[in-house]
Amino acid sequence: MDHWAHLFSFVLPAALRNTVALLLGVGALVACLGVGAAWLVTAFDFPSRRIASWALLLPLAVPTYIVAFAYLDILHPIGPFQTVLRDILGYDSPRQFRLPDIRSLPGAIFLLGFVLYPYVYLSTRAMFATQAVSLLEAARVLGESGRSAFFRVALPLARPAIAIGVSLALLETLNDIGASEFLGIQTLTVSVYTTWITRSDLAGAAQIALAMLAIVVFLIMLERHGRRRQRYSNNGRGRTLRARKLTGSAAIIAIGLAWAPVVIGFVAPALYLLFETIRHFDQTGGVSDQLLRSAYNTVGVALAATALTIAAGVIVAWASRATRSARPGRLAMLCVRLGSMGYAIPGTILAIGLLTPFILVDKLMASTWMLLGNPDPGLLLMGSGVALVFAYAIRFLAISIGGVEAGLSRIPPSMEQAARLLGERPGGVLRRVHLPLLRPALVACALLVFVDAMKELPATLLLRPMNFETLATWLYAEASRGTYEEGAVAALAIVLAGLIPVVLLARTQSGSSYSHD
Amino acid sequence: MTELLKLDRLALAYEGERGQLLPVVQDLSLSLEQGHIGCLLGPSGCGKTTVLRSIAGFEPPRAGTIELAGRIISSASHQLAPEHRQVGMMFQDYALFPHLTVEQNIAFGLRRQDKARRSLRVDELLSLTALESMRARYPHELSGGQQQRVALARALAPEPQLLLLDEPFSNLDVDTRERLAYEVRDILQKTGHTAMLVTHNQAEAFAIADRIGVMRQGMIEQWGTPFQLDQRPASEFVADFIRREALMAKRAQAYLRGVTP
Repeated sequence: MDHWAHLFSFVLPAALRNTVALLLGVGALVACLGVGAAWLVTAFDFPSRRIASWALLLPLAVPTYIVAFAYLDILHPIGPFQTVLRDILGYDSPRQFRLPDIRSLPGAIFLLGFVLYPYVYLSTRAMFATQAVSLLEAARVLGESGRSAFFRVALPLARPAIAIGVSLALLETLNDIGASEFLGIQTLTVSVYTTWITRSDLAGAAQIALAMLAIVVFLIMLERHGRRRQRYSNNGRGRTLRARKLTGSAAIIAIGLAWAPVVIGFVAPALYLLFETIRHFDQTGGVSDQLLRSAYNTVGVALAATALTIAAGVIVAWASRATRSARPGRLAMLCVRLGSMGYAIPGTILAIGLLTPFILVDKLMASTWMLLGNPDPGLLLMGSGVALVFAYAIRFLAISIGGVEAGLSRIPPSMEQAARLLGERPGGVLRRVHLPLLRPALVACALLVFVDAMKELPATLLLRPMNFETLATWLYAEASRGTYEEGAVAALAIVLAGLIPVVLLARTQSGSSYSHD
Repeated sequence: MTELLKLDRLALAYEGERGQLLPVVQDLSLSLEQGHIGCLLGPSGCGKTTVLRSIAGFEPPRAGTIELAGRIISSASHQLAPEHRQVGMMFQDYALFPHLTVEQNIAFGLRRQDKARRSLRVDELLSLTALESMRARYPHELSGGQQQRVALARALAPEPQLLLLDEPFSNLDVDTRERLAYEVRDILQKTGHTAMLVTHNQAEAFAIADRIGVMRQGMIEQWGTPFQLDQRPASEFVADFIRREALMAKRAQAYLRGVTP
């Protein structure tokens, strides 16, 4: 009772206010940036459009805590950006001129928005490119102008995609711990963390977590409600939208609009990290073994988690579709909803929840093993990283379920019925029809899961085996020790590794033969 | 002649949002002989497609039975899985697999046969549907009429006992539609297949079917030969529906010739 009284009067109100303001701000910003960018590269043709259309995915490679870490230095009153700005404006001291502090709520909204918008961009662009074409053309024929065709046809059609993208971005915001902490925003997540770690108050942390879960449930319900009535089967005979060619100043404006998110969300922080890393190498002359080992660890756990997550996502989403018309379908629907909850549960809270059962199982296994006359094996699940892979799979199952569901909803039901009538059992239909048709969707999901597992910080901090460092925890440790140059090396490594899936993602998106049909 | 398909007092319903039953088809009985082409004709929303889907095994009946070659394949208590029914179907949207070529689409249902027999059968169907030169193409590289012929060939490949056709010509323009209706009829007659067709177009039904059932609001008004329907309509509705359609066709032709009737 004491905990609750204290939390209720001192911690919760401010944290709740901050969290809600952050979510609203980030939600609005990612929706504008993501939809705007998707429409720009779909409907208009301008120089560098092809490159921009995949470069817009690049901020996916920059986790929230890294963008905050980088911009704190870049935008520092005596950092590079403000120094150059003062030189241009003719001031010579920060006392005469300085920008508002980035360590503020608007600053946090700005930074999070510019790294999280690709979730909206990715889902919306796919929708614009494949779904809206003939309807848009119909709207144009019916006399709608380009702009009103966007607002009256393309935007409503893309609503499910926008809802999915925004909800993913907001859940990511709710999960974030590093950026809020660096920027001094006392959100609910930060409160959970400090209550648990700093004040060793697990019960109190669990109570704040409960308040967070209420927001999470609200977000999920909003998303599910938004796309409940949407049906968007593709009959496979559409075309790609013919983009309007821009010239002159319109083309220059388009180039500026398309590249601004890339520069702010990726190029600037990446260049900063690169310079810091080069400076570090000049001083110390190489990479430590520790860093290499944590890179290796990171890729290993992320790969294992990806395989598990995608397999589980396919099974759950497909079972739910296969049984939708039948009566036990309700159970499968429930599975989908429960499975998708994991993404919404911030890593810190997931760790609180998983710690107790995992330790229980570990102790049970150890004592059984010792009863058979063997030496103490220690904690098997926690010690081997299995707990971590599990936590990742639970966290990121929503990505794979959501992606597979969206992919499946584009396959008309008649496709499956045709296969059944041609003598194929449900399992064979999955293997011979659904999986090949889902391949682009699966590749996209796998890469998103991989990147996210690699970047994951809070759950990794709490569930990793002893002396097991990933790049993220290594960066965090470096940052807490205040050795910022070393942190930049780890951060750059995360960003670079994150780039590989982004590049692959961009290539599958443009290279698959039937996804555009 | 032997009876191949028999629907006996079939009732079908959808489950509504709140779990209540919305009846779609009630007390529907008909039978179709081996080698005949049957047709369910009616305005949209009369339940004809639901009947077809239930013969395919996608809609469990609430009451009544469906019998195929003397064996009950659907009843309220028992449903044979679609893949075990030996029923082929041509879908309204054709449902061709976009990741497979024409040849692979046609061979989809022949997985259990050995390679030599499979390719023999595929060749046979390609020549039957005049698609030999298209064998390596993907569905999106074909015209609407060609896609339809692939769908037909694919449905016929595993030698189904019964072929179902769901509004097979509705996606085509009027000229192609008529030509293809006769083409499909020829192919089915040549191979001796029994088929059941669903359409809202009276001309199509009369061009292709041996037996026609006129449906209205989930009930079958009359099940008979085209001649019977034309000469001895069982109800006002049947007479009206057929006469109106015929009149419209005549008017349209007159209009095209530039004469006002």
